Amino acid sequence: MSRYILRRIGFLLLTLLITSIIVFGITQVLPGDPARVILGREAGEAALDSLREELGLNDPLPVQYLRWLGDFIRGDWGTSFSTGVEVRPLVMQRLGNSLMLAALTLLIAVPVAIALGVVAGLNENKTVDSAVNVSALSVVGLPEFVTGILLIEIFAFRLGIFPANSSIRPGTSFLEALPMLILPALTASLVILAYISRMTRVGVIGEVSKPYVRTARLKGLSQWSVTSRHVLRNALLPTIAVIAISFGWLISGLIVVENVYNYPGLGRLMIFAIDRRDLPIIQAVAMVAVLAFALANLAADLFSGYLNPRIRLQ
Amino acid sequence: MKPALSIENLTVSYRNGSSPVTALREVSLEIQPGEVHGLVGESGSGKTTLVLAAMQHLPDQAEITAGSIQLDGQELIGLTQDEMRAVWGTQIALVPQDPLSALNPSLKIGSQLRELRADLSKAEARKKSIGLLEMVQITDPERVAQSYPHQISGGMQQRVMIAMALCMGPKLLILDEPTTGLDSTTEAVVLDLIRDLMHESQTATLYVSHSLGVIAQFADQLTVLYASELVEHGPKMELFEQPLHPYTHGLLDSVPRLGENKHEIQLRSIGGSIPSLGDLPPACVFAPRCSVAIDICHEARPDLESSGVARQVRCYRWEEIQANQVDPRQPPAPPPLAKSDSAESVLKIEDLEVDYDQPRSLAKWLRRSPPQSVRAVDKVRLAIGKGETFGLVGESGSGKTSLAQAVIGLVDPAAGNVELFRAKLPSKISERDRKTLGQLQMVLQNPDEALNPYLSVGQSLARPLVLLGGTNSEDEIDRLLEAVRLPSEYADRYPAQLSGGEKQRVAIARAFAAIPDLVLLDEPVSSLDVSVQASILNLLNHLQRKHGTSLLFISHDIAVIGYLSDYVGVLYLGHLMEVAPSRALFDPPYHPYTEALLSALPLLDPKASQERVRLQGELPSPLNPPTGCPFHTRCPRFLGQICVEQTPPWQEDETGTSIYCHIPLEDLREEQGLVFAMRKRK
Repeated sequence: MSRYILRRIGFLLLTLLITSIIVFGITQVLPGDPARVILGREAGEAALDSLREELGLNDPLPVQYLRWLGDFIRGDWGTSFSTGVEVRPLVMQRLGNSLMLAALTLLIAVPVAIALGVVAGLNENKTVDSAVNVSALSVVGLPEFVTGILLIEIFAFRLGIFPANSSIRPGTSFLEALPMLILPALTASLVILAYISRMTRVGVIGEVSKPYVRTARLKGLSQWSVTSRHVLRNALLPTIAVIAISFGWLISGLIVVENVYNYPGLGRLMIFAIDRRDLPIIQAVAMVAVLAFALANLAADLFSGYLNPRIRLQ
Repeated sequence: MKPALSIENLTVSYRNGSSPVTALREVSLEIQPGEVHGLVGESGSGKTTLVLAAMQHLPDQAEITAGSIQLDGQELIGLTQDEMRAVWGTQIALVPQDPLSALNPSLKIGSQLRELRADLSKAEARKKSIGLLEMVQITDPERVAQSYPHQISGGMQQRVMIAMALCMGPKLLILDEPTTGLDSTTEAVVLDLIRDLMHESQTATLYVSHSLGVIAQFADQLTVLYASELVEHGPKMELFEQPLHPYTHGLLDSVPRLGENKHEIQLRSIGGSIPSLGDLPPACVFAPRCSVAIDICHEARPDLESSGVARQVRCYRWEEIQANQVDPRQPPAPPPLAKSDSAESVLKIEDLEVDYDQPRSLAKWLRRSPPQSVRAVDKVRLAIGKGETFGLVGESGSGKTSLAQAVIGLVDPAAGNVELFRAKLPSKISERDRKTLGQLQMVLQNPDEALNPYLSVGQSLARPLVLLGGTNSEDEIDRLLEAVRLPSEYADRYPAQLSGGEKQRVAIARAFAAIPDLVLLDEPVSSLDVSVQASILNLLNHLQRKHGTSLLFISHDIAVIGYLSDYVGVLYLGHLMEVAPSRALFDPPYHPYTEALLSALPLLDPKASQERVRLQGELPSPLNPPTGCPFHTRCPRFLGQICVEQTPPWQEDETGTSIYCHIPLEDLREEQGLVFAMRKRK
């Protein structure tokens, strides 16, 4: 197992290295000159030149890349072009918010989705299965701003249980933020719910027809033992991968939900930075997002390896 | 005494769109405690349905429309899943065909055994499971209990399944083709184990198999199923001595017996193929393939008649058959051409070696350390003369497929020479010219995967005609189809519309399209039913006779190899162990490995006696092959250090048999009796 973990970590580092090159490369080809962005439209050529020299923008690209990467690893993520604040505390604070929302979303969505998927899968092509499928698909078909506004209308305006605005302050703890997190988390859950449950359903259907499940049944085990001990262990492998991908999306791609609820997460920060061509923030958010994605996938790989010996024992 | 299992008039049908399909029609059988009941049937006979019905584990779309199934007096039909749960595992247990897929890949063996004993404490259950593994003669039960299924060999996996089935001391044990997927030497060991366990217990056993040879060893009673219908039933000895149903005759006649060769005996194949359940003949289900069918056989369904004490048969003409007034046997195929001793060799293989590189880790790749390789074929030399059949026999991992792939040009040999008509064959298929490609063709084991599902039969056959033969006319395609005994309208059919045997015929027609000089056949009959196998073997003989084609025939079945071949090579771990003319293959001296293969084969005659030579241990890993003689780690006639240290010499005797062994041939001949003694076929 330790060999397997080391290999996975090796691959993770390689992934990060490659994505850092891509992130750096893309910010290079984006139109716009950072010096011009910082100094404004009226700045003179001389001032621009000296700032470019100061920022190292005249050095060859590989040198710029290595300097940027070295600074990034050491924790110097630069200052925002547009607001002048330090990038790292800003991104870390937003990352914290995104993590809270992602955690709550997964906490709601994963158990429900797996349960629905298992029920549907065990009753393939029966009424329960079709009911789960139709409802899951009709929910996933609705865009987040529709479900979000619907939830706000019901829970915030009609029932008044949860606030409509989730703009939490910096430094709010998870428990304090919880009431404000529930509606955005529900909205995001609805998006990934159908995805995860369909994956589980397919996984379960693929496994229940296998001979080892028949063996387990013919041992006289209860339906619950057969499902939990035998089927799920093998059926959940694709689901785990989908959950990891969903987690990555929740961290950095939750732009619509964050906007509907005015939630200060990484997604909105990214939009803000792109609007202003704020390169340091764009790079930092992108790198953090990639890291979150990669770590989630590492966790998924390790968990899959734990469940399925053939993966880890090769 | 109450029968352990009593099935009466069981009829099962499957819902299939609007029309239900009958899978079993009014089948009855009874098994007493301690009795082994053999159930023989080919695919589509309904034997799987019978097993699943007895276990009350039929798929949802199946429906029991009539009959009764009683286990020790208790009616099972109508029990709910919850009620059956109390029966499963404790009163009925099943040992399925493929043990690897029947075990959960992600749970350790020990844990899969322990869960049967939820009534015991963890420590007690562990002790019990180790005890069970010992009972099935696993020598290191602790290690096996700690292993995952894929980490142990197929034979071990099947022992584990048997241990699981016997755990609760069931009243009825169902063995569903338990050794079909195993290599023959492993099969022999597992069959020995089953026989020993059956001796000790009072469990009633239903032994299901397509192989009459296996059934011949075990069963007390025998039931023959054909196309949903019970056609014959009786005590084993009587059934083998005097079969009454023409289908039972056909089954017994269509398998080559150990020691028989095509030059002496022609197989009597059953014509046609097994009808699909959706399209059963209206009267007697066997009538369309029967050589003694009369008008009534096509008009009304025969009754199951009692033909003796505890014997039943469903045939209008059984009395005439019993009195030898009609001969229900199929006509034998015409004999093959006598082998010409022409010296011209078509294919010559010299010191052929095939290696496979092991995947390297990234670190090793960066360090540029050379890849580790596994030798699949090692210094093989053989020659095939014109019109000759060379049979290559070996178990899985023996390198027989690698050898064929090297000859056809799909893998690049590491060393050695392959010559076709004295000209060196380029090792890559892409470097061979059209003419060479046309001279050398191949038929694969699984016809389902070898034919393009989107091309009609005619299109599949037209390609080699155009590319290699330079002709393409419908006449040619008709001629090809006729040569493999398929009607010409098959040209418009797609592979999915054909049965397994028909697909293999098309594959053979495709290979013979450009009239090649040599055809490689890699297990061409292994996936086919017994009654279809014989007709394919006869077909190969027919085509060979017609075109003078040489054949390289690869199989794990030494009886089939011995039957079809002129010369036989025995392959073990990539090494040839013995090359013999097939006439001499079945007489001593044999290579000790050949001896084990011969003695492992289930004989098709319950009265035949057979010496028991069993191989111990597992096939050595090709990553770390044995030194000296490759067979020394498992050799029952191991001499000593010399086998470990020195590679054996090739010794040749006056019959032309060459044996790769340190033991002098005279000693081998003296020690080895005939491993099997068998009466000649009537």
